[in-house]
Amino acid sequence: MTLRDQIKQVIDDEPVAIFMKGTPERPACGNSLRALQALWQAGAPITAVDILPDPQIRQELSALTDWPTIPQVFVKGELLGGADITEELFASGDLGRKLDDALGAEREQVVKTVAVATTTA
Amino acid sequence: MATDTVRALLEEAFPGAEVNVLDRTGGGDHFHVTVSSDAFDGLSLVEQHRLVNRALAAPLADGTIHELRITTKKGSR
Repeated sequence: MTLRDQIKQVIDDEPVAIFMKGTPERPACGNSLRALQALWQAGAPITAVDILPDPQIRQELSALTDWPTIPQVFVKGELLGGADITEELFASGDLGRKLDDALGAEREQVVKTVAVATTTA
Repeated sequence: MATDTVRALLEEAFPGAEVNVLDRTGGGDHFHVTVSSDAFDGLSLVEQHRLVNRALAAPLADGTIHELRITTKKGSR
């Protein structure tokens, strides 16, 4: 599977996906941390992809989403936005409502990290 | 990159908008831009931020802008 297909699969299959610098355990950027904290406080399950291991991940992601910056947050396959939007929606309460609508109010809050890898083919 | 240059790009993309540009670190590559424009009326937050990102696409793409925070408001001054 191509790198782009792997990225697309994470976006499409995970309830809430965040492409970030670093991991939830070790965020490597203040903006990634801001988005993570907003998601966590809103009770979102979080599937994180670290874009730092390979510059191509960010290139492919931004080409796919037409969004230049990191982090990028997706709910049910749809781009929610970057750190500013995620924080803004959390502060207004819209993030919680959106998650309730998309995933149900009774949701399990699991945080996991998945890797995508460049194939040589 | 000077804040005036960032402001000029945004004012060009959003005629009549109220634009505020803050250089967060003083290094000319971490900016917080606030744009109030009626161009945002009826658009989702993602769509609003897309317009701002597009206005600054060149400096974002070549790394001149390393970090961009965006606040959008509907309605011009």
